[in-house]
Order: sequence, then structure tokens, then C-alpha cells
Amino acid sequence: MNMWIDSVLVFLVLTNFLLLGSRRLAARIRLSAAQGVLLGVLTILVHADNIGLRTLLLAIGTMTVKAGIFPWLVRRALRETDVRRSVEPFLSYTLSVLTGTLLLGLSIWMSSRLPLPGSQAGSLVVPVAFFSIFAGLLLVVSRKTALMQVLGYLVLENGIYTFGIALAYEQQLLVELGVLLDLLVAVFVMGIIIFHISREFDHIEVDRLSTLTDYHP
Amino acid sequence: MLLALILVPFAAGLVAFAIRHDRRRRAILVGTAVAHAAMTAVAMFGGKPVEPMGEWLDLDTVGLLFLGITSALFLAASVYAVGYLEREVRSEHRDIEEGLLFANAPEAVFTGCLLLFLSTMTLVTVSHHFGLLWVGVEATTLVTAPLIYFHRHHRSLEAAWKYLLICSVGIALALLGNFFLAVAATRESGMPDPLVLQALLQHARQLNVPWLNAAFLCLLVGYGTKMGLAPMHTWLPDAHSEAPSVVSALLSGALLNCAFLGILRVQQVMEAAGQALFGRQLLVGFGLASLAFAAAFILRQPDYKRMLAYSSVEHMGILALGVGLAGAGTFGAMLHSINHSLAKAMLFLVAGNVLAAYRTKLAPEVRGVVSALPVSGTLWVAGFLAITGSPPFGAFLSEFTILRAALDQHRIGVAITYLALLGLIFVGMASIALKMAQGPAPRHAKEPLLSILPPVVLALPVLALGVYIPPPLDRALREIARTLGGS
Repeated sequence: MNMWIDSVLVFLVLTNFLLLGSRRLAARIRLSAAQGVLLGVLTILVHADNIGLRTLLLAIGTMTVKAGIFPWLVRRALRETDVRRSVEPFLSYTLSVLTGTLLLGLSIWMSSRLPLPGSQAGSLVVPVAFFSIFAGLLLVVSRKTALMQVLGYLVLENGIYTFGIALAYEQQLLVELGVLLDLLVAVFVMGIIIFHISREFDHIEVDRLSTLTDYHP
Repeated sequence: MLLALILVPFAAGLVAFAIRHDRRRRAILVGTAVAHAAMTAVAMFGGKPVEPMGEWLDLDTVGLLFLGITSALFLAASVYAVGYLEREVRSEHRDIEEGLLFANAPEAVFTGCLLLFLSTMTLVTVSHHFGLLWVGVEATTLVTAPLIYFHRHHRSLEAAWKYLLICSVGIALALLGNFFLAVAATRESGMPDPLVLQALLQHARQLNVPWLNAAFLCLLVGYGTKMGLAPMHTWLPDAHSEAPSVVSALLSGALLNCAFLGILRVQQVMEAAGQALFGRQLLVGFGLASLAFAAAFILRQPDYKRMLAYSSVEHMGILALGVGLAGAGTFGAMLHSINHSLAKAMLFLVAGNVLAAYRTKLAPEVRGVVSALPVSGTLWVAGFLAITGSPPFGAFLSEFTILRAALDQHRIGVAITYLALLGLIFVGMASIALKMAQGPAPRHAKEPLLSILPPVVLALPVLALGVYIPPPLDRALREIARTLGGS
């Protein structure tokens, strides 16, 4: 079973690298949807010895929200704002991928310092979760469009989810559903605000959102 | 009872979205606020403790304190909001800074989100389950983003976007902290749900220490973002200055406290686990950093609403510092949270009156508030004295208690830094706020009762707390200080 879990985790790492290097928005949205599917599969694999109703619900919920609704919402925002062209990020794509490899190293080092007690999910989980979190943070700070920041936020959340799933402890279903619902509303509200940004400014580049500041030159 | 506290504003919020009639919707807003305050008062003075709902929802002393602050502020704000909405009904507005025309968000959205905001804050104060607490804090972010974007123009949009993104990322880290906490508890096989506060406190000694410390760090940074601790405070001045004043008052007075409660809960676990020192040192560090950032940006700040926002950063720093010093420091911090919430909410409401009369947020263009708006002007000066910790106001007592805690522990460096920064902030705020108050009035403006009554009611207890602390409150604060450890 561990082999399957490990391969899913490796795929997660690959999607993160692709997200860091990809130039096209549509491809990025597909990649984040793929991550959602991977997380759903991971949920089932980790609990493979005793699949209960709870596991199934959670796996289905994760996949519906992360691979179905989120990409749909982001695509809708993309269509309404009608921004097809890619904006050069603060950090070029090549540099992003290079930073990504550094972050992967950092994640492996950090997880060697924090051994996971009593997990069934193998040794790759913690580094991969950390890497997804770092990649998400990098995407949030290095990209210029609001849509890309939302995608970065989703990658960050996926990393935290990887960690939560792999932990495989019996958290109350109600709380997990609450977390999922919160995320859903978050992306929904972000979508609405992106729509308003595009209508107000004719663009969704956040580096031009700079009226409010105390750093007056 | 606990469920009613959460569900009544929740249901009222949903109803408010659907009602088309403005007056009826405002009546629901005030009615719900009164009902919530009445229930909170029963919980506070009813004599018998509130029945907990399983292990998840419970009202302990610190939760009750923050619930009381939230409920009282919301009541004052809802009364103020009625007058505010009355003035804002016109369909188009001329922007006061750039002269562009803008519309407001529909009033139903505003009222509905306000009520949902109350519901989610109540959830935060009563939850004893870290997962549920997280859900509550994240939900407050989501319902307040539309409130910040009430005036539909590009500056408030920018503020709302920064707020939403920075706080969401911060709170995502807090979720990671929750998972770390669960890992720290997994060795303890007897725990059915490792995120229940009571269970964590009972088994605290068996928690895995490295993971517990990592969890504390994540939760501190995560909730600290929401609370406005420097250097994660960057969303705060923008959101507070662009939101309508009544929303700023609630954000500053109630919401920041709720985020602080998340940090207090995990610090409680740290104390029980014998890791208190690690947590305290971090809290002192972040506290002093917040004071320093606030001092740097308050000096020569041209915008008086931003000045108040940075003052919130300062006071959140004082709260963190107080709890970091533990013992008498925690006592001072809890007392200070009451003083700060009331005084800051009052100041934001008064700032709303000044803004309505002068149509500018730039402090150098505002002169003669005392003679133009006698009541608001007096409150503005009193509020400035209260918030900077001058005697006879309550904040003097609480800030002094924290200073004494630092001196008693022979942390001279901390005490000197704290005093110096407080002094700098006093000078910075004095040169802005007092100049605004003095001078000849450009014109006389009306002061409607609804816009001066709430700040007056908020100002009185701040003054009273500087002179006399009622024994029940004293006992409650001591109990909180005891549960948070220290001598």
C-alpha cells in the first residue's frame, strides 16, 4: 500500500513543479484540479484497511470541491474578467522552478527534524506536505494576478490537507466539513472580489493595487 | 443557551439578506443586538454557570470576558449603524479623496454580514475545540470582507483584497498548527479527539514537545496575522481606514480580541505541558515588535483613521506582551483588552462623526473639532487620553500593571523599551489628535443623537475602570491569570 501512497505523493510534487513553471492559466487551473483528485485518492489509500462511510464522504467531498467546484469557480472568474494573456511574474518561471528545488530540499531537511510519530503513511508525507505549502506561499507572493494568487492559496491549502489526510487520525467529520465549507466560501468571495477588481481597474494585476501605503517616497 | 447565542444572530443575518424593507431590517439588527446582549448578561450575571454543550462548546471565564466585550460593542455599533445607514441611503456618493462617484453595496448585504459577523465571533468565544475555533475565525474573515468593501470604490476594493488574501494565508497556517497539535497528541492513545481543549489540558504532560512547539509557532503566526501583530499586521491599517467607521470599530474592538483568544487557548495548553517559557518569550518578542512598528508609523501619520489602526497594532502588542510576562502581566493584559476595546471602538465611532462633518480623512485638514462638534470633540480628546494610557482612564492602570509585572521579573530591558515606545506613541498621537481638536471651527455641524449616544456609553466604563474595578471583575481577571499560569 505504501508504494501507492508514495507514487501519489510524487505526483503531487510534480504538479507543484509544473505549477511553478507553467505559463498558461488554463494549464494551471487543470493542474490544481489534478491535485484535488490526487488528494481524494490519497484519502482512500491511507485508510485502505478500513474504508468507512466517513472516509468515502471525505474523499468524495475533497474531490468534488477541489477538483470540481474550485476549478469551475476560477474558470468562471477568468471568463468574466476576460484576461487570457499571461503577465510576467515578479519571479521569472525558470527562477521559480529553481527556488522550488531549494524549497524541496528545505522541506526534506525540516521533516528530518520533526519525525512523525506513529503514522501509516510512510516517510514521504511530511516533506511533500511542507513542499506544497512552500510552493503555495511562493506562488502567492511571486505572482502578479489575483487569479494566480488564489491558485497559490489553493496549493497551500492542498499541502495542509495532505498533512491532515496522512495523519489519519479520527477527526470529527463535522469539523472537516466545516473546514471544507470555509474554503469553498473563501474561494467564492475571492472570485467575486476578482470580478470587481477587473471591472474597477480593467486588469487583475495586484501590484498595481498600491494606493494604500505608508511608504511615501 | 450557547447554541442560541450563535444561532440567533446567524438566523437574523440570513433573514436580513432577504428583507427588502430598510426600516424593518434595521429593527432586526438592533433587536438581535439587544437579544444577544441580554443573553450575554444572563450568562455573566445570572449566578449559575452556563450549561456546556458536550466538550466542544463551553463558556469559561476568558471566553465570557471576550464574549461580553463583543456583545457590548456590537450593541453600541448597531445603534450607531442605524444612524449611519440613514445618512448613507443616497444612491451615489462623491468620493472624498479623489472626487469620483461611487455607490454603496446593498444595505441588506451590509446588515446581513454584520449579523453573521456577530454569530461567527460568538462561535470563536465559546468553542473549546481547536478545529471549531479555526472554522469560526476563518468565517469571520469571510463575512467581514464584504463589510470592508461597503463603499464600492477602488481603495476599499484594494483593502478588502489584501485583507482577504493575507488573513486567509495566515489562517491557513493556523490550520497547519491544528494538525501539528493533533500530531503532538497522537501518542496519547486514550484521546478520542485530540483537538478538544479539555482533553489536551488533561494529557498535556504526555504531548510530543517538538510538535507542540511547532504547533504553537504556526498558531501564533496564523492567528497573530488576524490579530494584527507586527510584522504580519500589513492588512490592518488599510482595512481599518477604508471600512465604514462602524465596521472599523467592530474589527478593532471585537475581532482582534477573538483572534487573540485563539493564541490564548494554545498558550493555555503550553502552560499545562510545561512549555510555557517558549510561548512567553515569543509573545514578548512579537509584542515589542508590534509596539515598535506602531510607533514608527504613528509618528507623522497624515490619516487619522490609519493612526487609530496603528494604535490597534500597538495595543495588540501590549496584550501579547502582558500575557508573555504572565502572572500580573496577564491580569493587566485582560484588563487592558477591555479598556482598549471600549476606547478604540468609541474613537472609531467618533472618527466616523468627524469624517461625516469634515469630509476628509487627512488630519492636517481637520481643525476645531471641539468647537464644531462639541460632544464628538470632547469625546475625541477624552478618547485620545484614554487610549494613550493617561490617568484617570482605565488603560493607565492596565498598562501600569504590565510595566510593574516586567519590573517585578527584573526584565529591565523589556520595561524600558515598553515605556519608551509608549512615550513615542503618546507624542505621535498627541501631535495629531490634539491639533485636530483645537482651533476655530470652520462651520457648525449637526450631531444626531444616534451618532453620539453610542460613543458616550462606551466612554463611561473606560473612565470608571480607571477609578474602580468591581470585585467580581477582579476575581474573574485573577482566575484567567491563574489558568494562563505564572506566579
